[in-house]
Amino acid sequence: MNLSLEWANDFVDLNGIAPKEYCDRLTATGSKVEGWETLGDDIENVVVARVISLERHPDSDHLWVCQVDVGEAEPVQIVTGAQNLYAGAVVPAAKAPSRLPGGVNIKAGKLRGVESNGMLCSIAELGLTTHDMPGAAEDGIFILSDSAIDTDKLTCGMDIRDALRMRDTVVEFEITSNRPDCLSVIGLARESAVSFDREFNLPTPVVTYTKDGDDISNYLSVEVTDSKLCPRYTARVVKNVKIAPSPLWLRMRLRASGVRPINNIVDITNYVMLEYGQPMHAFDYSCLDGKKIIVRTAADGESFKSLDDTDHVLTSKNLVIADEKKAVALAGVMGGANSEIKDDTATVVFESANFLGSSVRVTAKSQGMRTESSSRFEKGLDPENTLPAVDRACELVTLLGAGEVVDGTIDVYGGREEPYKMKLEVDRINSFLGLNVSADYMKRVLERLEFKVDGDTLTVPSFRADCRCMNDIAEEILRIYGYNTIEATNFVTPIVAGGRTPEQKFELKCADTLCAMGLYECETFSFISPRYYDKINMPADDPRRNSIVISNPLGEDTSVMRTTAIPSMLEVLARNNNYHADKTALYEMARVYIPREDKTLLPDERRRIVIGFFRDGDFYTLKGMCDALLKAAGIDDAAYVAESNDAAFHPGRCAKIVFADGEVLGVFGEIHPSVQENYAIDAPVYIADLDFATLFAHSKRDRMFSPLPKFPAVTRDFAFVCDDELEVGKIEAVMKLAGGKTVESVKLFDVYRGKQLGEGKKSVAYSVSLRAADHTLTDEEADKTAKKILTLLERELGITLRA
Amino acid sequence: MKEKLEQIRAAAAEQLNAVGADLEAIRIRFLGKKGELTAVLRGMGQLSSEERPVIGQLANEVREYIERLIAEKTESQKREALENKLKSERLDVTMPGRAPELGCRHPLEQVRRELEDLFVGMGFSIVDGPEVEYDYYNFQALNIPENHPARDTQDTFYITDNILLRSQTSSVQVRVMEQQKPPIRVISPGRVYRSDAVDASHSPMFHQLEGLVVERGITMGDLKGTLETFAKAMFGESTQIRFRPHHFPFTEPSAEVDVSCFACGGKGCKLCKGEGWLEILGAGMVHPNVLRGCDIDPDEYSGFAFGMGIERVTMIKYGIDDMRYLYENDIRFLSQF
Repeated sequence: MNLSLEWANDFVDLNGIAPKEYCDRLTATGSKVEGWETLGDDIENVVVARVISLERHPDSDHLWVCQVDVGEAEPVQIVTGAQNLYAGAVVPAAKAPSRLPGGVNIKAGKLRGVESNGMLCSIAELGLTTHDMPGAAEDGIFILSDSAIDTDKLTCGMDIRDALRMRDTVVEFEITSNRPDCLSVIGLARESAVSFDREFNLPTPVVTYTKDGDDISNYLSVEVTDSKLCPRYTARVVKNVKIAPSPLWLRMRLRASGVRPINNIVDITNYVMLEYGQPMHAFDYSCLDGKKIIVRTAADGESFKSLDDTDHVLTSKNLVIADEKKAVALAGVMGGANSEIKDDTATVVFESANFLGSSVRVTAKSQGMRTESSSRFEKGLDPENTLPAVDRACELVTLLGAGEVVDGTIDVYGGREEPYKMKLEVDRINSFLGLNVSADYMKRVLERLEFKVDGDTLTVPSFRADCRCMNDIAEEILRIYGYNTIEATNFVTPIVAGGRTPEQKFELKCADTLCAMGLYECETFSFISPRYYDKINMPADDPRRNSIVISNPLGEDTSVMRTTAIPSMLEVLARNNNYHADKTALYEMARVYIPREDKTLLPDERRRIVIGFFRDGDFYTLKGMCDALLKAAGIDDAAYVAESNDAAFHPGRCAKIVFADGEVLGVFGEIHPSVQENYAIDAPVYIADLDFATLFAHSKRDRMFSPLPKFPAVTRDFAFVCDDELEVGKIEAVMKLAGGKTVESVKLFDVYRGKQLGEGKKSVAYSVSLRAADHTLTDEEADKTAKKILTLLERELGITLRA
Repeated sequence: MKEKLEQIRAAAAEQLNAVGADLEAIRIRFLGKKGELTAVLRGMGQLSSEERPVIGQLANEVREYIERLIAEKTESQKREALENKLKSERLDVTMPGRAPELGCRHPLEQVRRELEDLFVGMGFSIVDGPEVEYDYYNFQALNIPENHPARDTQDTFYITDNILLRSQTSSVQVRVMEQQKPPIRVISPGRVYRSDAVDASHSPMFHQLEGLVVERGITMGDLKGTLETFAKAMFGESTQIRFRPHHFPFTEPSAEVDVSCFACGGKGCKLCKGEGWLEILGAGMVHPNVLRGCDIDPDEYSGFAFGMGIERVTMIKYGIDDMRYLYENDIRFLSQF
C-alpha cells in the first residue's frame, strides 16, 4: 500500500514530522514501512512560464526561438524544436541550470548559434504520462491548459512541482493480512494519529442530491440470493453524467498511490477505494437489463467477459453481479466489459458492497485475476464501510461536477452482525506481557483506536475483526506502548530433561565418523527430476520409481520427491568433476520419501547415509569406510554379500551389507560404467547408500571393557591355492569355525595369480593368530588347531596347502 | 719384563689414539686370551717371589690403563658416529607435509548444530517432523484456515489437496502439543519448501529452526529473555535484540526480531546495509486458538514460539553472499569450513 502523506493530511496533521521519523514510528507501532520516496525531488529549477513571442530560428526550418516570461524582470530566451507552441501558452520551463527526472541536466548553450537559456518541457520530460495529463501533447511541449489545468491560478516563475501538485511524500507500507483496514488512507491516517498522539478527523460525507422527486427506486432494485456470500450490497445512482478527465489534484493523488487516472467516474471509484479501503464499481446503467441487480452464484459453464477483455468460464463457486439476463461483474474481482463506463455514459450505478473474503479469493484464484479489489476483499472487509464509501463517491461526483446524484440509497444488509464485545483484562494483559501498564493508559490507547470502553467492557470497532481475544488486545496496547519496553526475563518452569535423544546422538557420531574419514558433507535438494531414475539405469518396473509427485512444481527438475539419493550424489560429483576437482569425497545425510500404499497417508521419510567419491580410492577404500562406520556403530555381525542385480552398480563390484537377522543395511560399490557415462564423469565413481534407521537399530552403543590378553599369541601362516571364483570371505569363515575360540584373528596378507598356478587359480596367504585366554598356548595345541583348520578347509572347500 | 710392560702400554696407547682405530682388534691384540699382555702375565711364574708382586701390580696397572682407554675411545667413537648420523639425516622442514584429509560438516549443518547446542544448553529437546505434511499441521491447526490470505505469503508446493511440502517448521508445534502436555520446551530444525525460484537469496528448499515453550505463566518478557540469551551466545555478549510488531496467524502478539549487527556493533555497515540491525527471527506468543486446538487450555497455559532461517544465520555468520553456493556443493566451497 502506497500512502500519499499529502492525502493523509486531510485526516491528520502530519506537518513537522520528518519522513524518516514518520516511517520509523509507524514501523514501531505495527505498520511496517518498506520504503519512502519524496516525489518531485528529481526536478529542480523548473518553473511555470508564459510564451511571450516565438520566431523562426534564422538557420533552421524547424527550430523556434522563444521569449518566455519566467516571472523575472527580463524574459528568458529559449530555443525549442516543438511545433505546438503559440504566444500566450503557459508551459513548464527548465531554466538553466536545472535538473529533470532521469538525471537530465539542462545548461545554457547555443543551438545553431542562437543562445538558449533553458528548455521548455514535454510531459515525458517531467516524468508524466498522458494518463496523468490527459489532453497534453505527447510529442510537443506540455501546454498546461490542454490538460484541464486552470492556468489563471498560476503565476509565472512558480515552481512547476507546486503548479502540478507533484510534491508529495509517498510511503510504501507492507500491510499484513490481518489489517485490511490499513489498506486505506483513512486506516493509515488513524494509525498515524495514534502513533504520534495527534488529532484524527474523519468527516462524514455529505451527499447533495437532486431535489426533483426522482428516486433510486425508479431505476433499480437489488436482490441478494446469499447473504453469507454477500453480507451487504449498497448502491446509488448518478444521472446526467458528464464523463471528463478528473481535476489535477485528484489525478495527482491517484498517481502518487500508483493508480492510473482514467476518467472522472472511474477515478472516483478508485479514489474511494484508496481512501476508504472499500472497493467500488461503477456500472453504465443503460447496459443493465430489467432495472435489476441480482447477486447470485454463476451457473456452471456461464461465460463472462471482464473489462480487461478476457473471457472467463465460470462455475457455481463464483459469485456474480447480474442483471435479469446476464452477469455484469465478477463480485469483488472485476466488472464486465458489457457494462463498463464509456465516454457517452449518462447514468451510473455505484456499487459499494461487502463480499465474503474466502469466496472472492477462490474466484480470483480460479479465474487468474488478482486485482486491487479482490486482494482487499480476500482479507475480510468491514460491512459497515459500504455506506460511507458510496456517499463519499456521491460527494465527489458533486464536487467534480461529474453528474447529479439521485435521491435514495439501496442497502441490502442481510449479514449484519452485532458489534463484538469483550472484557478488558488489565491484570492478565500485564502479566502476559510482563509489563505494568496502567488501566488508564490501556483505555486511552484503545479509545484512540476507536474501541468503545465502558468500564471493563470493550466494544471492538467493526473494522477490527482481527481483535477477538485477550492476546489481540494485549498486542494493541503493546504496539503503541512499545514492543521494546518489555524487559527480558528468565522463565521458571519445572525442570525438563532436554538434550538429545540416543538417535540424535548417534547421528552426530555417524557425522563425526564420516568427517574423520575425510568426507565432506553436502546438501542436495529433496526433489529431483523423474529422469534421474533413468540416469542411474533404474529398471522401468522398479518400485522406487513410484515417487511423491508435486502437483505445482517449479519445473521438471524439481518435480518429484526422491526415493533414492544416489542421483543427487552423482549430480554433485559430476559438477565437481566438471570443475576439474582432482578428487572429491562426499557424504550426505539424505532424506528419501517412500510413498505408502494408501495415498492419503504421509510417505515414509527415511534418512540415508550416502557416500560418494572419485579419484580418492577404490572399492576396498569404500568397503573400509563401511567397516569403519559399522565399527563406530559397535556392529560386528554384518556380512558383505556380492550384489550383481543393482543396475546402478558394476555387477562385479557391488555388495550388500546384511545383518545376521537378514536385514539389509544398504548397498555400495563401483557405479556402473554406463551410469558413469551418463554423468560424464571421467573416473570410476564409488557410492554407498545405507539406511540410517537400520544402522541405528543394529548399533550397540553400550560398550563393555574386555580385559587385555595376559598370555602370548602364537602365529601360524598358511598359503592355499584355490579357484579364483572362491570368495576369501568363505575361507575366513571356515577358518574361524574350525579354530573356534582359539582363533584370535585371521589376516589375509597376500593374493597371487600367476601362470604357474594355472588358469582360474589364485594363491591366498593367511596369517592366523591363536591365543588362549587362560594359559600360554603350547606348540602342540597350536598345531592341533592348525590341523583342524586345514581338515575343515579341505572338507568344506576342497582346498589344501600350497605345495 | 718391566720394559716389556711399558712397551705394551705405549704401543696400546699409540694404536688406540690413532684416528679410526679398530677398538675390538686392539682389545684382542693386547687383552685377548692370546694377547700380548696375557702372554706377559703367563710368564709371571718364572719370576722371583720378590719381583712377582711388583710386576703383577704393574701388569694390572697396564691392563686397567688399556681397558680405560678402550672404554673412552668406544664412547667417543659412538658419539661421533651419532653426530654424523644426525647430520646426514637433516630434513628440509619447508617441504610439504602429508596431511590426512579432514572432512567436515556442511556449513548449514555446522550452524544447525551450534543452534541446537545453544538451546539444548537451555534445557530444550530436539524434535523432528515430516517434511511431506498434512495441510492441517502446516496451516489449519496454526490458525490459517483454507482460503486464508496469509497463505499467500508462503507459496506452497502441494502433493494432493491436503498433503503438501511443509512451508514452515511451525508444523511441528502442533505435532508436539498433540503428543506432549506442558511443560514443553522444544526446538525443531529441518527442511522447508516454498515455490520460489533459485536466486542469490531464494531457494525452493531451505532450512528453518522452530522453537516452542508452553507452560503456566510464560510471558512475552520470557520470550525476550530467551532470544536475548540465544543472540548473545550466538553473536557475542554485546549483542542487543529489537522487537518490531508483525503478524503471524499462529502467534499473538507477534514480532519480527532484529539483532544488533555484530560486524559493526550497530553503527551501520555493508553487512547490515547501514541499518545497524539484522533481521533474523520471527516470534510471538502462541495464539490461544492454536493451544485450544491441541487441547491445552489457554486460560491456564501460555507459551511462546520463534523461528529462524538457518540459511540466513549461516550466510551472515560466514559472510556468504549467494545462497546458491550452499546447494551447489562445490568441494572448493565445502572444504572451507
